[in-house]
Amino acid sequence: MEPLDTELEDGALELPSDPMHLNMGPAHPAMHGTVRIVLELSGETIVKADVQIGYLHRGFEKMCERGTWAQVFPYVDRLNYVSPMLNNVGYALAVEKLCGIQVPERCQWYRMALGELARISDHLTCDGAMAMELGAFTPFLWFLKAREMVWDILEEETGARLTHSFGRIGGMARPPTDAFAEMCHGALGAIINIVEEGEKMLLNNRIFVDRLENVGKISGADALSLGWTGPCLRASGVAYDIRKAHPYLKYDEVDFDVPVGKSGDTLDRFLVRLAEIRQSKRIIEQCLERMPKSGPVSVDNPWVVLPEKEAVYTTIEATIQHFKLIMEGAKVPAGEVYSYTEAGNGELGFYLISDGSGTPYRVRVRPPSFLSTAGLGGLITGRMISDVVPTFGSLNMIGGECDH
Amino acid sequence: MMSLSETIWAVVKILIMVGFLFNVGGLLTWLDRRQSAMIQDRIGPNRAVIKVFGIEFRLGGLLHPLADGVKFFFKEDFIPPRGDKLLFAVAPILVMAPVLALIAVIPFGDKLCVDDLWRTTDTGSLLFPAVPRYGSCLIPVARGGIAAIDLQVASLNVGILYVFALAGQGIVGAALAGWSSDNKFSLLGALRAASQMVSYEVTIGMSLVGALMIYGSVRMGDMVRWQGDHAWGIFIQPLAFFMFFMAAVAESKRIPFDLPEAESELVSGYFTEYSGMKFGMFYFAEYMEVVTSSMLLVTIFLGGWQLPFLHRDGLTIDIGTWRALQLPMNHLTVTAIQVCTFFGKVLFLCWIQCFVRWSLPRFRYDQLMKLCWRILLPLSLANILVTGVVYLLLDHAGPVLGNTLQMIGDLTQAVVAIAITYFVLSIVIGLIRPTRRTSWVVGSTAKLAQRFGGTPRSPRMQA
Repeated sequence: MEPLDTELEDGALELPSDPMHLNMGPAHPAMHGTVRIVLELSGETIVKADVQIGYLHRGFEKMCERGTWAQVFPYVDRLNYVSPMLNNVGYALAVEKLCGIQVPERCQWYRMALGELARISDHLTCDGAMAMELGAFTPFLWFLKAREMVWDILEEETGARLTHSFGRIGGMARPPTDAFAEMCHGALGAIINIVEEGEKMLLNNRIFVDRLENVGKISGADALSLGWTGPCLRASGVAYDIRKAHPYLKYDEVDFDVPVGKSGDTLDRFLVRLAEIRQSKRIIEQCLERMPKSGPVSVDNPWVVLPEKEAVYTTIEATIQHFKLIMEGAKVPAGEVYSYTEAGNGELGFYLISDGSGTPYRVRVRPPSFLSTAGLGGLITGRMISDVVPTFGSLNMIGGECDH
Repeated sequence: MMSLSETIWAVVKILIMVGFLFNVGGLLTWLDRRQSAMIQDRIGPNRAVIKVFGIEFRLGGLLHPLADGVKFFFKEDFIPPRGDKLLFAVAPILVMAPVLALIAVIPFGDKLCVDDLWRTTDTGSLLFPAVPRYGSCLIPVARGGIAAIDLQVASLNVGILYVFALAGQGIVGAALAGWSSDNKFSLLGALRAASQMVSYEVTIGMSLVGALMIYGSVRMGDMVRWQGDHAWGIFIQPLAFFMFFMAAVAESKRIPFDLPEAESELVSGYFTEYSGMKFGMFYFAEYMEVVTSSMLLVTIFLGGWQLPFLHRDGLTIDIGTWRALQLPMNHLTVTAIQVCTFFGKVLFLCWIQCFVRWSLPRFRYDQLMKLCWRILLPLSLANILVTGVVYLLLDHAGPVLGNTLQMIGDLTQAVVAIAITYFVLSIVIGLIRPTRRTSWVVGSTAKLAQRFGGTPRSPRMQA
């Protein structure tokens, strides 16, 4: 039985010390993507961390059920808003899988090149933001300068810097511009130069490396059991990349490596992302080389692909086709499908159910950062407040896709 | 009782020092923005504008500190409802005041003989006499001259100890600010600030002991004179210089030691809840601390007002016993050069501190403490020991060694002279050389802008 007078136990001579509760976020400079961490602190050490998401919940999945299949594209842009093109491609591939459509070869190469550009911008943002949150503001702005080059290309191709809405069921909105290859070649070299410059600034710096090394460590097995994918998993030494393991588009035809880390700490996640930028450059270069100079970028299927604008205004058939596709949407055969691609943060999956109408019955998204955020609490417990920042940054939690 | 002229001189000296501190403090906010912009490939501050008769003056962003000041005064002075109102109001003053008081003991020039600046001869023409290198003025006080004036606000005999005492006061303000804000982030920031500043205070003190042993004085003026006669402190106590530099940056709480106000962790640390001019005082005190720490560094390690080979009686280049050049100069010129030298050196060190600010990430709390207690403190203790042993040995060595040391000291002066010349030359070359601009713009918006003529300032674009 417990003694009644607990006050007079051994602790009577010690000062009373309760853990301090600290609300980090949802409005906090380091909590990009509005997440809230309720910390229980003993001094600066975190005793307990409760990660709460949902502050950016916009009802993405429900929204998708009220428009046509094609009207989902603007929504997926806003999932991972740092690399919207990858989401576009991922969703387009899912719908095409359901329809049984194979897009033309030129489109496949084009999608790969655009997607890898988006991946570069994603990794640059993540690594740069990590450095910035540790106080190294300069490399962050250098990386953003490089990202700006990527966005310049994407703007030239799609007309929008960030939310492109460029994917279509059965192809892309427009064929690549004439200057696409030239722009890529020009920018990629400059981007790699900037990355190298930033690396020199950061990785030769004891303070920076000490802040990241052995912080937020996770073993490969633990990462797998949490359902991690992407750079975070690969940093733990598991060489799982959907582009290699389950190739889609033309990824089985290009030559690239899957960089893996050793210890699974924050520094490894940082380094893996930097290495992937270089691999993306390799992939883009091969895509540009092998992409046919001419040819269609959309399938020749009037049931899903919009007609030429010129024809819409001049022929009745095209007008009707346009009207049907816009008002009713492309009819996707009834059934369900799970399609997954390698997005900036890992496996971006779409589980689609169609009832055969022009409107999705269900669009379920499997966002990679939802699962990686689930591991955050475990990574920071027992560490110091300062470690929350780089650890959280290295998981690259994107509110838009996490709070699907 | 001070005579009238002494009072006037005291006021003038205070005006010079405080004026310099305030102006350079304000200028540093501009430098921080402008320099960071140059490092980071940005344009930097260019928005603040004054219109006079329709002409816009932007002065390269120099008006931003002015705009800041105006904003600070007109913003709402927010006090947390459950905070301690008195302490909340007192804290910024407690942070600012020691910084201002600290500069009192820093000399910005050698003793000034007012009577010897210029004289009129019997025929009425002006005469600019030169004064001897050591000793008093040409006209002693006994014969009706004014006593030589120390170019420092207060020539205290405790000198450097006064600096230590005051520098420690900043902690109180920071701790009170965090405590009275009724905010957990502020509290954490205050705790960090207090422990960080107390720890580095120790290093600051210990690293200087070696230098004090050699200078044989805690008076700042004597230290500078010793450096002029022998060699600059940075050559004699290089380790102490770097330790002091590090600790001084830590004291001013700037990156990489900005843990108390780490934005991404503690929002703004101990002054999170502050707004308006109270925030402005914290903000400004930080920049002024940069200036004062630079002044201390210059005085103790970089020869204060001294330029190599420039003595009170003029330019004399001595290497050991060999006299290369002797050029007598009058007192007015020498004093002017020396005062400018002091402030120039301070600006140079401020520039370095800003450079560091934009190059490094910040430490973690335990790493910071480890650096202080496990690396800097043992090093400074070892420095004291080694200095003591060497000092003892040299004290018992013969005159030959003494001459050799003097020779080496003179050589370091020569090295400094060459370094300064090189530095000034590269600044001049850098300013003259045309800038090379590159631009990476390929995007549609930029092209569109160019099609419509672009903006007057837009760089040439690549298609």
